[in-house]
Amino acid sequence: MTAPTAPIDPAPTAERYLTINNIEVIYDHVILVLKGVSLDVPKGKIVALLGANGAGKTTTLKAISNLLRAERGDVTKGSVEFKNRRVDQLSPNELVKRGVIQVMEGRHCFGHLTLEENLLTGAYTRSISRGELKDALEKVYHYFPRLKTRRGTQAGYTSGGEQQMCAIGRALMAKPEMILLDEPSMGLAPQIVEEIFGIVKDLNQKENVSFLLAEQNTLMALRYADFGYILENGRVVMEGDAEGLSTNEDVKEFYLGLSSSGRKSFKDVKHYRRRKRWLS
Amino acid sequence: MRFFLEVLISGLLSGVMYSLVALGFVLIYKASGVFNFAQGAMVYLAALSVVGCMEKGAPLWLAIPLALGIMTLFGIATEKFVLRKLVNQPPIALFMATIGLAFFIEGLAPMVFGSDPRALDLGIVDEPIEAILNRWGMVISRFDLVAAGIAALLVTVLALFFQYTRIGRALRAVADDHQAALSIGIPLQHIWAIVWGVAGFVALVAGMLWGARNGVQFALTFTALKALPVLIIGGFTSVPGAIVGGLIIGASEKLAEIYLPPLMESAFGGNFGGIEGWFPYVLALLFLLIRPEGLFGEKHIDRV
Repeated sequence: MTAPTAPIDPAPTAERYLTINNIEVIYDHVILVLKGVSLDVPKGKIVALLGANGAGKTTTLKAISNLLRAERGDVTKGSVEFKNRRVDQLSPNELVKRGVIQVMEGRHCFGHLTLEENLLTGAYTRSISRGELKDALEKVYHYFPRLKTRRGTQAGYTSGGEQQMCAIGRALMAKPEMILLDEPSMGLAPQIVEEIFGIVKDLNQKENVSFLLAEQNTLMALRYADFGYILENGRVVMEGDAEGLSTNEDVKEFYLGLSSSGRKSFKDVKHYRRRKRWLS
Repeated sequence: MRFFLEVLISGLLSGVMYSLVALGFVLIYKASGVFNFAQGAMVYLAALSVVGCMEKGAPLWLAIPLALGIMTLFGIATEKFVLRKLVNQPPIALFMATIGLAFFIEGLAPMVFGSDPRALDLGIVDEPIEAILNRWGMVISRFDLVAAGIAALLVTVLALFFQYTRIGRALRAVADDHQAALSIGIPLQHIWAIVWGVAGFVALVAGMLWGARNGVQFALTFTALKALPVLIIGGFTSVPGAIVGGLIIGASEKLAEIYLPPLMESAFGGNFGGIEGWFPYVLALLFLLIRPEGLFGEKHIDRV
């Protein structure tokens, strides 16, 4: 079928930071999920990883953070490098110590721990004094004031937005350089999503934390990101700077339901166009 | 009245012994969400190791750290060969694995240390404390009192450990969500090895006290059965719950044994001995109907 005709704007290669080279991921020795994904996250940037359900966004993140092995997944080809060093064989524990941490999809707070205890567990890998721990907590509370007001509540009883904040705050406690953020908007009201993305941008600019952000909410993600990659069926089908992607006609049509003639219901898109996929 | 108090106190003290066994269950349940079927076998293994080391010529003060070493090694091995393979599997798989582990220990321990029942002398005599006997005329065993003291100390330390230390928090975190704990860099392997090590230590204390009282024999593995009603009443996830549950079971079974038979005999006729044997289980059954999470257990929190 038609190849993407979009202007491809390769991510700058000035400084190698997080680099993924052509990785292939197989679950349970049989299910091929990623068929050669390559991407770059430059230092201090927010990179969005976009695509529909089952495109391989979460798998890509888990391949980097090495949470795959617990799910019987394996990186069978390719490599993951962080600051020019291979990290694909590191355990999550070692990776967190090097500054790469994942915030999992669906928040995964520790329900029976209070919000503050949740945050404290985030600092597990750091051997720091009580005073430094307190400072780190205050810093997180500075970005998420709402967590401070509810610090003593068990995380299981807090709202979805608070849990997402708790999950990001918990990751911050590990003092990461790079956060792999998986679908922060899941199940949250648009207003809360906006708030959370705002904080992500803030963290990116003030704390110089780089983000690799997997998101289904394409438009929202591209508004905050610097670069974007679009995954489909385990391959990168498109990449470019955020602005270029959000104005790209194909992206508009397939992910945003917009076309040159304005917003359209998916129902009204002509049959043959509807079935068009970049890879089929 | 004096007799009632005497029964009550000796019941409470023996309840503490149940708590000790229950404590081992709670630890592992808290950290891995698994009911460790092998806890009774671990009590047996611990007691056998102490006796075994003493038979090989080690004095008591040396046999205890040796046994502790064995239990720690056992904990680490369990993590390495059993639990590590089962990360992210449903709890029932882990539960089945602990059943296998129980059979494994029950076979291996007697092979190494011999299977004949033996006595274990801790140097604490099991006789009434004279001061209390003279003053109030009550028979309170010195051994029971010491055992209760040890248990109380152990529980306090463990409760503080769980609540306030970095490792303790990590343990609770792992219990809530393996994967999330993994994602923020908590090494599951270490945590599980620590938990099984601590559970081994608790089993050692329980094994020594039970062994000193009833003799070190295979029947020690059945102490685990007595811990079940304790857990149901106290709640599977609560260290204080294990203690309170133990006290309730201990006191109620002794009181029931003394005071229930005459009542029941006058009501129904016939002979009602041995109430002690089944009373805790009936109590546990009632609790399951009324308060299934136990007195102190964590409620299951679900977002809907």
